[in-house]
This record gives sequence, structure tokens and C-alpha cells, in this order.
Amino acid sequence: MLGLTAMTIIRLRSLFAVVMLFSIYSLLTASLFMVLDAVDVAFTEAAVGAGISTMLMLGTLMITGYREKRPAHSPILPLIVVVLTGAVLVWGTLDMPHFGSPDQPVHQHVAPRYIDDSPKEVGIPNMVTSVLASYRGYDTMGETIVVFAALIGVLSLIGIKKYTNKEPGRTEKPPESILQVAAKLLIPFILLFALYVQFHGDFGPGGGFQAGVIFAAGIILYALTFSLKDAMHLAPPKVVKVIAAFGVLLYGGTGIVSMLKGGTFLNYSVLAHDPIHGQHYGILLVELGVGLTVASVMMLIFYAFVSRGEAD
Amino acid sequence: MEQVVDILSWLLLLAGSFLGISGAIGLFRFPDFYSRVHAASVTDTLCALLIISGLVLQAGFTLITVKLIIVLLFLWYTSPVASHALVKAAHYHGLKPLLSDSNEDEVKEEEVSSKS
Amino acid sequence: MMFAVTAVAIMVIMALALIRAFMGPSVYDRILAVNMFGTKTVLFIAVLGFFAGRPDFLDIAMVYALINFIGVIAVLKFVERIAEEESADVDGKEN
Repeated sequence: MLGLTAMTIIRLRSLFAVVMLFSIYSLLTASLFMVLDAVDVAFTEAAVGAGISTMLMLGTLMITGYREKRPAHSPILPLIVVVLTGAVLVWGTLDMPHFGSPDQPVHQHVAPRYIDDSPKEVGIPNMVTSVLASYRGYDTMGETIVVFAALIGVLSLIGIKKYTNKEPGRTEKPPESILQVAAKLLIPFILLFALYVQFHGDFGPGGGFQAGVIFAAGIILYALTFSLKDAMHLAPPKVVKVIAAFGVLLYGGTGIVSMLKGGTFLNYSVLAHDPIHGQHYGILLVELGVGLTVASVMMLIFYAFVSRGEAD
Repeated sequence: MEQVVDILSWLLLLAGSFLGISGAIGLFRFPDFYSRVHAASVTDTLCALLIISGLVLQAGFTLITVKLIIVLLFLWYTSPVASHALVKAAHYHGLKPLLSDSNEDEVKEEEVSSKS
Repeated sequence: MMFAVTAVAIMVIMALALIRAFMGPSVYDRILAVNMFGTKTVLFIAVLGFFAGRPDFLDIAMVYALINFIGVIAVLKFVERIAEEESADVDGKEN
């Protein structure tokens, strides 16, 4: 099904249909991850792939136009290159150990250490979170900063247009009371659910990235059913920008504090008297930082795209 | 007792699957957009109810049941609203329903809009 | 066993919806199919969670239910916007 979807995505010219099929594609991918028992990855794919990236792509379409141009050159040469690369990659996988076999290098090296020591050292039930936020703290910090850098890029390239009054010639839309009432009722639950995902990340699937995306999705739903102006009133871009920077600061600050207390950077064990408690605090703070940054970055990018699209 | 619960949830799950498949077939067999919406959205609601209540019977009184019911409520809440918005948008932007008699556009259209 | 049967049935539904999304003569047909696909994915994950004996998958099902709704609304809004622009291009006064 994945292959079929990908083929159709390539064949279609209307970029709208393509965006929708992308969302189906990521739903399929997420189902695949579910079958492989990678719950956290499926969670992220659901929230990011199907949710936010669809909206951001739509926002891009509003700026650029929604018909794909015919390619000017013949597709034969790229096809050959792609087929060759794919063949080489497949050939490379032949050398890898069989899928799921216990003597893969991954399972010899770090995985047993994580699995054996994580309950003792970090002491939270969801191992993925402990690996993500504690053992691989540097990586996650890098990811957060990448997200933040993307925001800086978008803002410096496009910027958020100040909302001007609509020109009077614009056609009046029909009232959408049902949609608005439904959204109004739903949004609190979405935000609450985002917080649940944020703080439940220690115990079940979830964490900062997913929670941030869900939170942003709630605000975006508000912007869609009412108007961008209302959403900007609710969450003003100025404040959200500060929150985005604050999230990164929180992450880095946790690292600095642990350095000041005598550990290494991002070594949370020194944050409290008991190392396990220290790990808990550290992970909580770091995840909070990630969540804040991701949520506000997604909102700001959405604002930037849509305000740009509406201004034209 | 366990047997009874098992049989019940079998029945519920099968009924739900049947409804879902019939809805999906309706998505193909029906001639125009509006009737397809009808097929998809109506079966969707009951299909979700049947399948989830089948699962609830298996789960018993736990947190899982609560979560299942929350999922069901979300589905019940969002799916009709989405269908409504979809039909409204399609109607507003001039997608005409397929009618047996094309002379009576006005009358039929009013019927459709009052139904939707 | 019963979860397996249900999961297979839902997969059949998903495949059918997928084909409708590929064919879809109008944009709205595609959105309808995507919506149906999404709700069926929610059910699929719930059933799969039971099948695999890990009902904590349900959190994900919830995310899907929400995200799917927001996605459909977003697509609709943009379709509306573009339909408006097109009709404004054709002649200025059609609403």
C-alpha cells in the first residue's frame, strides 16, 4: 500500500491531492511502526507527519500555487541514478543480519546496556524517554535547536505579516456555526490531551515533541475555524516567540545547572540528592523545554505561512 | 459467563466490520459525491460504536475502557462535524448533486441542503 | 482470533478507501476518503493494541482521532480558499 500511495503521489499533478495522499502515507507508515511495536515513533509520525506537516504543506501551497509544473528535462537520467542507488542499498542490506535476529550489532552493543541499566539509573518506566532525554541528551538538544533554527529561517525569510484590515471587496463567507461550536468544545480537550502527553511521557508513549505538536494543532484548529486574527489575539506572535526561545534556554539551562552542581553537561543525576530523583527532574525539565519550543515553533511557522498567503 | 462475553464481543466486532465494509463498498457503488458521503458517514458512526463496544467487553472495567470510550466520543464528535463541513463546502462551491431529473434542480437542491 | 478477523476487515476497508482516494473524481471525494481512512485507522490501532496485547496503544488512537479531524478541516479550508480565488478569477461577482 505504501508503494502504491507513493506512485500515485508522483503521478498526480494536482498538489492538493498530493498533500492529502501524503497524510494517508504517514498514517500508513505509523500503522507500520505500530505493527513493529515502536509506539513512540508511531506517535510522532501520527502527530507530526499526518498533522502538522499536512498543514504546513497546505500553507506553502497557498503561497506558491497548487499546480505542479511539467518538468523541463527528461526523467530518464535521474531514474537510472535512483534505481542504481536503490540497488546498491538493497545489496548492502543483504550483508546485514536477518531482521529481528538477536545477534545484530545494535543488540550486542548499547541496547542491552540501556535495557539493563535504565530502570536502575533513570528509573522511569518508558525506556524510550530515558534514552531520548537522558542518555542521548545531546542529540535531543541538537534536534530542538534545529527546530528553533528552522523557525529563525522562516521568520527571517518570510516573516509574519501584520494583520491588516481586509479589503472591502472580499466575498462574505457563509456562517459556519456548527464548525465553530464543535471546535470550541474540542479545543480544550486537545490542549488538555497535549499536557497529558507531555507529562505522561515518562510512563507511556509520548513526550515533548508529540505534546508540542498536539498543542500547536489545537491552536491551529482555532485559527482555521475562526480566523487567523483571533488566533493571533489568543496567542500573540510576540509572546510565542519568547516562549520558543525560552524552551531552548530551559534545555540548555538544565545542562548548565547540572554542570554548576558538579556533574557533566546534561548529567541530571546531580540535580537532586538522590540520582534517580535528579534524573526525573532533569527529564521533566528537558521535555518541557522541548515541548515549549516545538509548540511555539509550529504555531509561528503556521502564522508566517498563512498570514503571507492571506496578504497576497 | 466468560463464554457469553466472548460471543457477544465476537458478534459486535463482526457486525462492526460488516458495517464498515458495506460503507466502503458504498463508497464505490454510489454514483455521486453526496450519496457517497451518506454511505461513508452513516456507517462510520455505528461501525465505531460496535467495534469499540466489542473491545470494551474484552477489556472489562479498567482505565482502558475509559480510554476506549474517550476515543469513541472523539470519533462521534469529530466525524459528523467533518462530514457536515465537507458537504457544506462542496455544496457551497457548486458541486451539483446527481439528479434523476435535471429540470428540477432548484427543488431538489433545496431538499439536499435542508437535509445536510 | 476475533481481533485478527476485525483487523483484517478494517484493513480491507482502508484499502477500499485508499482506492477511492486515488480515483476520486472531485477533490471532495478525496477528502471524504481520507476522512474515512483516518477514522478506520483509529479503529485499526485500537484493535491492533488488543491483538498485540498492549492496550496502551490507545493513546495513539486518540491522537489520530484528533489529528484526523484537524487535518480534514485544514484541507477543507484551503480548498475553499482556492475555490474562492478561482471563482473570483472567472468573474468577480460570483459568490
